[in-house]
Amino acid sequence: MTSDNDHKQQRIDHFIDQNLKKVFSELEQDKMPDEIIDLLSVLRAQDEELKAKK
Amino acid sequence: MSDLDPKDELVTHLPALRAFALSLTRNRATADDMMQDAVLKAWSNMDKYKPGTNMRAWLFTILRNNYYSSRRKLNREVADIDNAFSDTLSVKPDHDGRLQMMDFKVAFQQLADEHREALILVGASGFSYDDAAEMCGVATGTMKSRVNRARAKLTELLQLNDDDVLELTDAATMAVVGSPNLPS
Repeated sequence: MTSDNDHKQQRIDHFIDQNLKKVFSELEQDKMPDEIIDLLSVLRAQDEELKAKK
Repeated sequence: MSDLDPKDELVTHLPALRAFALSLTRNRATADDMMQDAVLKAWSNMDKYKPGTNMRAWLFTILRNNYYSSRRKLNREVADIDNAFSDTLSVKPDHDGRLQMMDFKVAFQQLADEHREALILVGASGFSYDDAAEMCGVATGTMKSRVNRARAKLTELLQLNDDDVLELTDAATMAVVGSPNLPS
């Protein structure tokens, strides 16, 4: 009985983890907002400027 | 250990950081604000990052600390939710697998912040219990307890203890997870 319950719990945990990975993977593929891309460009430009001044 | 310049490595973690932000905030605008703050903070504090340690964990920690800190400042116990999480499906559910995935997302959104966060860190992102606990500033046992409670709540919401439901979801999961067009 306990073994049956353990097996069932394993299946439930597996189902949850597989779905979590799938959902997280979908979110990772969401388009990166322009604001973040722009921010990175600004930060890189600032770094280049600092390097040039040194 | 990565040979990349830490700032170049940071960029490679951005999709995962955004996924974490969306799952934590459940609001696209808030997630993007949190992302911007976290990237800015990480970039300007890159000298504090220890090369060879887990940069993704470091970035996630910065983002979650920002999130909870801003929540406290606004004195908000309940987040503004715009279904950013469940809206990520671009097509309407058209078969059992899609329907089950939608159900899963809706149920996941209903979990408490600390439970959602624990499941994302351990179940989806693959952090160890020890790492996830350190990121959240709690004991390893507390993190294990949060993951167990989160799984129990999802089991209840999705009625996974019902044998018939589990049989159906097994088939549906295989239909979705086993699709060659989707990442495993």
